[in-house]
Amino acid sequence: MTTHLYPGLNLGEAHGEDHERSETVVFGFWVFLMSDLIFFGMLFATYLVMRDSTAGGPGPKELFDLTSVSLQTAALLFSSLTCGMATLAMKHDEKGDSPVVPRSVGLWLVVTLCFGLMFLFFEIRDFLEMFAAGSTPMRSGWMSAFTALVGLHGLHITVGLIWIMVLINQIEMKSLEGVIKRRVMIWALYWHFLDIIWIGIFSVVFLGGML
Amino acid sequence: MSQKNTEHGQYVLGFILAVVLTVIPFWIVFAEALSASRTALVIGICAVVQAIVHVRFFLHVDLSRQKREDLDLILFTLLLLIIFIGGTVWIMTDLHHRMH
Repeated sequence: MTTHLYPGLNLGEAHGEDHERSETVVFGFWVFLMSDLIFFGMLFATYLVMRDSTAGGPGPKELFDLTSVSLQTAALLFSSLTCGMATLAMKHDEKGDSPVVPRSVGLWLVVTLCFGLMFLFFEIRDFLEMFAAGSTPMRSGWMSAFTALVGLHGLHITVGLIWIMVLINQIEMKSLEGVIKRRVMIWALYWHFLDIIWIGIFSVVFLGGML
Repeated sequence: MSQKNTEHGQYVLGFILAVVLTVIPFWIVFAEALSASRTALVIGICAVVQAIVHVRFFLHVDLSRQKREDLDLILFTLLLLIIFIGGTVWIMTDLHHRMH
């Protein structure tokens, strides 16, 4: 069994120096993720307080399209699986200190990118429909809290997708293999983390809003 | 090779569990199978279990690693979240009732 330098996703001993060098960086990224979690947590708290503050405007039952939400949830869940497949391909598809990142990693990242874009498409479409119906963030305290929480998650997803495109490009250029391995690991942590935030959002905001 | 198969299996197992834990609350809400309070309870339980499944099978964090201080970071963040969210909701709900 391999020894692990830090909890969670890691390259594994087979990657030698790349594994050891990434220790501090990955731990630092965990610190960022946890502070980001606090940020999301405060927006969840705000949302819970603002839950019934619709100021006479439309509420969750009138505005939410659960079919679209379930499609978004499925897209994000599949993207989490393909993201995991990308990290596994990177760990195992070629032996340890191989000079280039395996191409299969890039292919899994492309699949993940597609699922991510599908998620974003439905989310943006839902937001535009709400805004078109007059339910803008200015309509009520509830709508402001909703836009802040779900919008921040969508913004994170957008950043994550731009990040994937950069990674795919770097893998194609076959440069700086050790650094790229670490970047893919960190991005995978980020992507899995966003899916966990989404569990909170669909449970508290969307499904909770239907009760 | 065997390590790859094990890790591969872990991901697929985690994914299947996550799908089941997602489908249950969505189905209950779509079918309106239970009363509102029971639905809320099921949604809550499924969400917590699914979050644990994601952390365990996708982020690969469990309680057996040597570097416990890194785990402390995650557990301390959870403690802060419980205090922040629980405290906010408690105070604001109490205030809401007193204003009527």
